[in-house]
Amino acid sequence: MAHAHKLEILRGLIKFKSNTQKIWGVLILLSIITAVEVVLGIYKPESLMAHVLGMKALNWIFIILTIVKAYYITWDFMHMRDEKASLRRMVVWTAIFLIAYLLFILLQEGDYIESVYSSGFVKKDF
Amino acid sequence: MDTTVVNTGAEEKTWGGGNKPLNASYGKMMMWFFIVSDALTFSGFLAAYGFSRFKFIDYWPIADEVFTHVPFVHGNYPMIYVAFMTFILIMSSVTMVLAVDAGHHMNKAKVTLYMFLTIIGGLIFVGSQAWEWATFIKGDFGAVETRGGNILQFVDAEGKRVALSDFVVAGEHERVEHESKNGLWFVDEGTLPTYTMQEVITGFESHPDLAIRTQTINEQGHKTVLSREESIKQLKANGIGIVEGANLRHNEYGTPLFADFFFFITGFHGFHVFSGVVINIIIFFNVILGTYERRGSYEMVEKVGLYWHFVDLVWVFVFTFFYLV
Repeated sequence: MAHAHKLEILRGLIKFKSNTQKIWGVLILLSIITAVEVVLGIYKPESLMAHVLGMKALNWIFIILTIVKAYYITWDFMHMRDEKASLRRMVVWTAIFLIAYLLFILLQEGDYIESVYSSGFVKKDF
Repeated sequence: MDTTVVNTGAEEKTWGGGNKPLNASYGKMMMWFFIVSDALTFSGFLAAYGFSRFKFIDYWPIADEVFTHVPFVHGNYPMIYVAFMTFILIMSSVTMVLAVDAGHHMNKAKVTLYMFLTIIGGLIFVGSQAWEWATFIKGDFGAVETRGGNILQFVDAEGKRVALSDFVVAGEHERVEHESKNGLWFVDEGTLPTYTMQEVITGFESHPDLAIRTQTINEQGHKTVLSREESIKQLKANGIGIVEGANLRHNEYGTPLFADFFFFITGFHGFHVFSGVVINIIIFFNVILGTYERRGSYEMVEKVGLYWHFVDLVWVFVFTFFYLV
């Protein structure tokens, strides 16, 4: 079976000669990202503790790096890059839409309940 | 004689069947559909975790202080072992994708080798998770639970955690035996904690450098440490029991919800890894037996590969939202 692989990542910045090479390249990329996450998680630099859009900058970095990792796992390990655009969109956008919706609803509700607790109507420090 | 219709004889027509509008085989597409629905299940778990965490945003345990152990090594190493587990899972994803690649080249020997390495990686991961669970359940320092379900932990003058065994002297404990004649016959005796509340209070009073750490997170992002007088007052007025380790109802690290989500999320994921390993083993034997060689295509390896990568993908999110954020 002939399988055509697209052999470049980072929008063509890094090109590979074979699919095997690309796999190792992606592994190195994922390992670097994980290492950065762990180092940031252990040292928690003071400069990243400032709140950006309601959340610590550090947490935004973690979430963005996670999505980057998820992208490379799906695109290169699961070969989404080589699938038809219609299949790719069907899988990816369905999941993204539903997950974003679920997250919004639940986090909003959790935040509201927290405000009920902290405004003093419910005693919980005893 | 064939009893089923294999071909409709109309394959060349658009609606005659046999064409692949998305260029993916039926099996592969169904694997993608399964992955999407399973992804929604996991995001349901993680979103519920987020809900509970937002609800108790100022009281949630700090994961760095909970997962600090590395097997065979003493000391405080936050995140190191989880990072190792993440790396193992990514590595086994790599061997899986190499197996798929070797399958495209119909290279049976290489597929066999890489499938084997993938299975080993999966087993190391599941084993590590079992160890994490055991460590978490066994507990670390021990704590006191209050009437309201809050957790009081003990720290020394420098703010370092102190274990109950370091300052409490266990006395003789008489166990009141539960007999079926004086109670409900189907109710078991509970386990006795190592210490009684009174022994903890006595031990605490005889060590003047100790203080109590509550669950409240202060402005600097640390747990609040009470003054000595406050500590004794809290302990005497509100402490009702000793917690050592964690289960679904009590949790020495903080709110029981934290333990519940730990068990459910990592448990559900671990179950996926386990079933992934079982499926990989089945495919591994099929590869050895030459099933796919005869079939002329290693697509089955590709399908099970999709599942395996998905498990890795989920772990990436669990790692971030449970351990890092």
